[in-house]
Amino acid sequence: MDRSLAPSKSLPAIKRRQAKGIWKDYQLYMLLILPIAYFILFKYVPMYGAAIAFQDYSIFKGVTGSEWIGLENFRELFKMEQFYVVVRNTLMLNFLDLIVSFPAPIILALLLNELRVAWFKKTAQTLLYLPHFISWIIIGGLVYQMFANNGGLVNNVVTSLGFDSIPFLTEKNHWLLVYLGTGIWQSAGWGTIIYLAAMTGINKDLYEAADVDGAGRLKKMWHITLPGIRPTIIVMLIMQLGHIMTIGFERPFVMGNTLVMDYAEVISTFVYKAGLQSAQFSLATAMGLFQALVGLFFVVISNTIAKRFGEQGIW
Amino acid sequence: MTKEARLKRIRLSDIIIMLIVGTAMLICLVPFMHIIAVSLSSKQEIISDRVTIFPRGWDFESYRIVFQDSRMLRSMGLTIVLTTVFTIVSMIMSICAAYPLTKPQLKGRTFFMMIIVFTMFFSGGLIPEYLLVKQLGLLDSMLSLILPGMISAFNLIILRSFFTSIPVSLEESAYLDGSSHLGTLIRIVLPLSLPALATLSLFYAVSRWNGFMDALFYISNSEMYPIQLKLYQVVMNSMVTDLTAQEGAVATEVVAEGLKAASIMFATVPILIVYPWLQRYFVSGVMVGAVKG
Repeated sequence: MDRSLAPSKSLPAIKRRQAKGIWKDYQLYMLLILPIAYFILFKYVPMYGAAIAFQDYSIFKGVTGSEWIGLENFRELFKMEQFYVVVRNTLMLNFLDLIVSFPAPIILALLLNELRVAWFKKTAQTLLYLPHFISWIIIGGLVYQMFANNGGLVNNVVTSLGFDSIPFLTEKNHWLLVYLGTGIWQSAGWGTIIYLAAMTGINKDLYEAADVDGAGRLKKMWHITLPGIRPTIIVMLIMQLGHIMTIGFERPFVMGNTLVMDYAEVISTFVYKAGLQSAQFSLATAMGLFQALVGLFFVVISNTIAKRFGEQGIW
Repeated sequence: MTKEARLKRIRLSDIIIMLIVGTAMLICLVPFMHIIAVSLSSKQEIISDRVTIFPRGWDFESYRIVFQDSRMLRSMGLTIVLTTVFTIVSMIMSICAAYPLTKPQLKGRTFFMMIIVFTMFFSGGLIPEYLLVKQLGLLDSMLSLILPGMISAFNLIILRSFFTSIPVSLEESAYLDGSSHLGTLIRIVLPLSLPALATLSLFYAVSRWNGFMDALFYISNSEMYPIQLKLYQVVMNSMVTDLTAQEGAVATEVVAEGLKAASIMFATVPILIVYPWLQRYFVSGVMVGAVKG
């Protein structure tokens, strides 16, 4: 029966299948068209647009019509005192953030991993992840409600104990502490996810062997769990080091105020003010391009180091 | 002692760990409790700085004012529509991009991946992006808040990793039944990817709901402010004047504290409602991306 049916069916079927095969793969390319168009238009066209950093850009003449002036904008930028302030602040805030915010999720994950009461662990995770989902505007509002000089919760407590109120938001060194603390508050809980995931991959036999040897809890955390997540820690550290020059706009913008601008003015807020508020498009673009290039350099360097360490790296 | 018994017994070290984690939980919670308390307290109690983490002299006046503010409601409605449209568009685009990139027979796959990944580490910068949006005529249009950030390369890579983790044999059996790529994607791959899809939808939705940088740059018509920008106007502007004002601010400004708190809660509650429902998905969703990506 098979033999009688097969010849009569095969030829057109094969042709159909071949045609269908091409059509099938055709669909894959169709699916890709819009996303690739998106990346070209909204990511690569602005990279071309960054050419205005080398121009005396006029909004009426556009990128193609404006006069090329070489590195003039960069020369002007490097002459500005403000330039060194914002670069220093960006590096300083990121570096301090790295020192205080990097260990926090590791410690928290170690503790969460040791929790054995299931409902408590679940509740803890739900609560600790929450700040990650709150906008910087709202966090800025919360910070103000907590730390304002008059009426802030913390200062209410401080003054009711008979001390002077602490200028958390108006004196730059205090502000720095609040800025860093807020970073931990917002990111530590969410940051545990990746470490908890890494901990599930640790061989359970190691713990049992340690039990047999009579190792205590701290010993097991130190000698088994921590070494077990070491590769993850290194990758995360290197990725963060790679982003040392890149600072988000929203956090410093919302948390900064005129009294702490010595510390709060960073590259992203400077670009916003110079470019969009003062319409110095070329100068602001030069600043942005400087940041992007230095940033790319750091990413490449840190990735190379990661590979040197025998880690996966980012690419 | 059996293993079971050892696991069940609560020791001193358990209690210490629970205390430390409990403190961390409290630190997460206190700012929210304080702001809820302020939003529900009476003016007198707020002025005299007696409100801590429990409301004093219950008063719903602040919420009444917020809910009567037509611009606030308008911003909220707008943001709900914007977030919904953005999330749908972003998910469709991300799926369209991620699926073909898992196929070995796709020509130029490495090249496509490269041009996508490169955008994670280098960008033209804020000003060229602004000028592009301006040239496309998108300023003061909702499209400026949807199109430029439509696909996150990071989310795209997570989704691609998840698609790769689905056994190829399942897709192959669909092909043998004569299913096309699109059919396989819709009937086989997507139903198996629900945790990842839920996680990424949450990421996209939250980023759109919370983001205000692009709105600050692109939207100047206050009629079209999304909720975060509206909130910035209400909360932060008054804050700056407060901080720079003389000690002992005027009574009317202090009363505004309740209003600010209520506005903040108004914009936060939608997240608080959605968050617990989606929370169970994102752990599994993120892990796949984290481990493989």
